[in-house]
Amino acid sequence: MMSSNLSRVKWSFFVFFIPVFLWLLLLFVLPNIELLRISFLGTDYYGESGITLNNYTVFFTEPVYWLTFTRTVGYSISVTLVVLVIALPVAFYITKIARLKLTGMLMVMILVPFWVSEIVRVYGLMLLLRESGIISKIMVAMGLWQRPVEMLYNDVAMVMGLVYTTVLFMIIPIIGVMDSLEDSQIEAAYDLGASKLAIWWQIIIPHCMPGIMSGAIVVFMLVLGNYITPSLMGGKYSLWFTQQIYNQFITYMNWNQGAAFGFLLLTISSLIIWIALKLTGQKLSEVVK
Amino acid sequence: MIRTLPSGKLYKTGFTAFIIGYFAILFLPLVVVCLLAFNDSMFPSLPWYGFTIDWFVGDGPDKIGIFNDARNMKGIWVSLQVACWVTLFTTVVGTCAAFLFEHEHFRFKRFFYYVMLAPLVVPGVIIGIALLTFATNLGMFIETWLGIDVRIFSPGLFLVICGQASFITTFVTLVIIARLKKFDRNLEEAAYNLGANRFEVIWFITLPFLRPAIIGAAAVAFLLSFENFNTTLFLVGSNATLPITLFTQIKDGSTPVVNAVSLLLIVCVSSVALINFIVSARGEK
Repeated sequence: MMSSNLSRVKWSFFVFFIPVFLWLLLLFVLPNIELLRISFLGTDYYGESGITLNNYTVFFTEPVYWLTFTRTVGYSISVTLVVLVIALPVAFYITKIARLKLTGMLMVMILVPFWVSEIVRVYGLMLLLRESGIISKIMVAMGLWQRPVEMLYNDVAMVMGLVYTTVLFMIIPIIGVMDSLEDSQIEAAYDLGASKLAIWWQIIIPHCMPGIMSGAIVVFMLVLGNYITPSLMGGKYSLWFTQQIYNQFITYMNWNQGAAFGFLLLTISSLIIWIALKLTGQKLSEVVK
Repeated sequence: MIRTLPSGKLYKTGFTAFIIGYFAILFLPLVVVCLLAFNDSMFPSLPWYGFTIDWFVGDGPDKIGIFNDARNMKGIWVSLQVACWVTLFTTVVGTCAAFLFEHEHFRFKRFFYYVMLAPLVVPGVIIGIALLTFATNLGMFIETWLGIDVRIFSPGLFLVICGQASFITTFVTLVIIARLKKFDRNLEEAAYNLGANRFEVIWFITLPFLRPAIIGAAAVAFLLSFENFNTTLFLVGSNATLPITLFTQIKDGSTPVVNAVSLLLIVCVSSVALINFIVSARGEK
């Protein structure tokens, strides 16, 4: 019995292992190693190609690159925080305040637009905000504004777009964990005289931490790696680091430089996620569930 | 504070107003996109010149509706093809991965599990450029050493499928693992005792149990693939997928035909999401 058990396990193990191994090796690990490798290649001042740190030193010596980088990271963190501040009360309303009959309908209203692609949602915002857009037209027609106002193509519009397109990714995981918070815990705290702030700070937020972190990671990644929203809603100076990568790869055909930028982006995103997980005492394998 | 606790009138009305405002802002852009698809105007904006369905069925000379617009129709077709292949690949490999990480024991399992999760925390743009460089250099290597020009290694649909599958498989795996955790392994033991082999057990016992999760994961994979932009951007050749061609049209300014495409997208995607939601809610019971 023991030996047949063993052969059984081995046979099924390889059937499962080989496709998974090939997927991870060929589509993920090797491509990333190759990317890291070419980021250290380049031609030096004498036109000779070889191993160099040049692609990384350029990043630190050209202000436009590291300024765009810090801008992108700074905005990504701020957008994630803004999204969290909006998502918490919405999730709380749906799970704890709305009448039970309404909850199901609100869940559908959250989930259905969740899947509508980012580009369509950004397009909708553009139709509203631009100079010839709906809001401008209506305000002028009502006589509230003298002339059409351009509300698009600046950082504020860009941040708005980023918040708008990512907030659902925060709400859904938070609803998941908030649902499992017993009402009695909140009731007990209330009966003992805790203030609303204390209830939020000491009961709701600690309980929701896994959901908050998983939402925060998704939102942060989506914003940091975004291309559509900064390109369509940002202004001339709303540079985003993914655009620099795109420029290096597609416009200048300087793949080595682009690869170095890609790795810098990957490093900072991994670092920030790691710090955030450490600060909140969460584990990645728990958060992604 | 919550349903069962008394709360002030101001708190209640304030909170409700906030939620109404939230949902209004959530839906307003989508409603605007849909409404302007029916405006009898050359620009996706006000004023309202009257109702028309020209942006769906018009065949020129000024108004070319979506069904006669070669560019958008081709984008839809390309995206559908890509999404079907990605769904097939990710569902098969994702199911294998779920079995591997839930039911098998092997050395370095934890390590492989973290590698499997890693695509979640790598920006899509980086997956795109990594696969682009890897495939291009691999293609060049094969051409130099074997003298064969492998066309699939240059940007095109094959690479788009690979790039999307690279991270979508992780999502599929996690959805199926979640369901597999609830599986009672005594059922398998019972089947073994009755003389079934491993293949029969998986085919007749475990897979039917997983079916709702596999269907749900396939729907998720299809939607993620159909709407993917960041990874696709770097891997796409001359055959643009729908999100890529929409991006170009929106950036350059377009007629309301983009609204018509968006309306179709919103309707189709919402229906898939809604059906998936209902089916999975039923599967939970």
